[in-house]
Amino acid sequence: MLLPQDRGFSHAIASEITPQNVFQTRRALLASLAVSGAFGARRAFAQTTAARPLPATRSTVPGALTMEKPTPLADVTGYNNYYEFGTDKSDPARHAQALKTRPWTVSIEGEVKKPATFGIDDLLKLAPMEERIYRLRCVEGWSMVIPWVGYSLSELIKRVEPTGNAKFVQFVTLADRAQMTGLSSSVLDWPYVEGLRIDEAMQPLTLLAFGLYGQVLPNQNGAPLRLVVPWKYGFKSGKSLVKIRFVEQQPATSWSRAAPEEYGFYSNVNPSVDHPRWSQATERRLGDGDLFAKKRPTLMFNGYEAQVGSLYAGMDLKKWF
Amino acid sequence: MRKLLLHPLAKPLLFAVALLPCATLLAAVLQHTLGPNPAETLIRSLGDWTLRFLCLTLAITPLRQWTNVAALARFRRMLGLFTAFYALLHFSSYAVFDMGLVWDDIVRDVAKRPFILVGTTALLLMLPLAATSFNRAVRWLGPARWQRLHRLVYAIALLAILHFFWMRAGKRNFGEVAVYGAIIAVLLGWRLYKATRGTRYFMKLGSQSAKG
Repeated sequence: MLLPQDRGFSHAIASEITPQNVFQTRRALLASLAVSGAFGARRAFAQTTAARPLPATRSTVPGALTMEKPTPLADVTGYNNYYEFGTDKSDPARHAQALKTRPWTVSIEGEVKKPATFGIDDLLKLAPMEERIYRLRCVEGWSMVIPWVGYSLSELIKRVEPTGNAKFVQFVTLADRAQMTGLSSSVLDWPYVEGLRIDEAMQPLTLLAFGLYGQVLPNQNGAPLRLVVPWKYGFKSGKSLVKIRFVEQQPATSWSRAAPEEYGFYSNVNPSVDHPRWSQATERRLGDGDLFAKKRPTLMFNGYEAQVGSLYAGMDLKKWF
Repeated sequence: MRKLLLHPLAKPLLFAVALLPCATLLAAVLQHTLGPNPAETLIRSLGDWTLRFLCLTLAITPLRQWTNVAALARFRRMLGLFTAFYALLHFSSYAVFDMGLVWDDIVRDVAKRPFILVGTTALLLMLPLAATSFNRAVRWLGPARWQRLHRLVYAIALLAILHFFWMRAGKRNFGEVAVYGAIIAVLLGWRLYKATRGTRYFMKLGSQSAKG
């Protein structure tokens, strides 16, 4: 397969490339967006204490900083799929405030030389925080651009030293009936589990995120820590992680267990492989705000083909959807 | 109550009230208050209102029979036409805001997605009913044929609830589907009950006269 050269970014539309002078003031822009967005999201944040800043430096990982316009904070925090808090997009912002994110531990198990249980404060200090601006493409056909804060999952993986048998990584998320109102519904088997191949997990773009828009993650976005795999559909990125397990066999994942015909293990963003019930060729970018905005073409691997295409060289992506 | 229903202002008032959802949505479009995904919100709200007006339309005849208030029948046509009005807006907003009015894509989408095919069929079946709603159409067709044609509304109701069920099936979110399904089941079930009881009654009459 002929892969485009990795120049750190890829753009479909030239007019979307940010002029340099704007790019150089992007932090001020982000801060002002965060402030204006925060007012818009007053309701979403109403029951949280004041947003806590999470400082970060600009990431140098190739592809980690798209120059597309970030989706307003109000939309990022007010339009969520987090079924543990309800299936409506506005449910998580309303119900996730009940989630206690401290104390919090993440246990690392399975095929590793150094299994461990990390407290959230250890994880926050484990590696330097980076600002990364990723596209997020939901399998439902909408997308956002989100400035995350976190570090590569590979940083954590290196500390626990996977054995030669660690071929896959399974991510287990919190399922606590006392805190999560949506668990009484039978939409999925709880807890929500997801998985990656070990090389996908080690790809530097695979992010362990602790914040967004320069602040600690709001609960509805998966606090206190979540995965972000920008070239896969959003549901691959588990929220509120409690366990990371290294395994030899491909692990079960929640959506492929619920509907194996519709959701595969890989679930890479791919405009040429349709969902059985709808096309994946285009997407609606949220935050354009405009009812009349045209849908945009979906990019192969969500625009990260230069960085991740080689992981799938020789694979039939129609079969391994 | 009867006096109120027969009041000359009753129909204009209902007309104005029935336009309120449309007006509210239009205001939200103009003020950009439809939320993060305005197209989705608009399309779904219009679908909800279509279903609500369909239930109201189907409720008129049973209500009339239960309460013996014949004046209720005055409003059936207007409610039916508003059902078709909201259904048309629902489909148009899907065609424009979801599909960008690319007809090739719309035709392919309708064929590919069963729930859209079912919804589109329900809309198409509504069109002849809306087109023959005026008094002269009843005369042209003859009351018997007109009534037979307008029994299509039962098929429309079943297709509409199936459309809603399939739309929600992706998330197995069936709470509201059950509510609308129950309402439609009662309204159609009552008619079925009446019809079968009627048949038995006539059959009994027939056998009696044969004996006589």
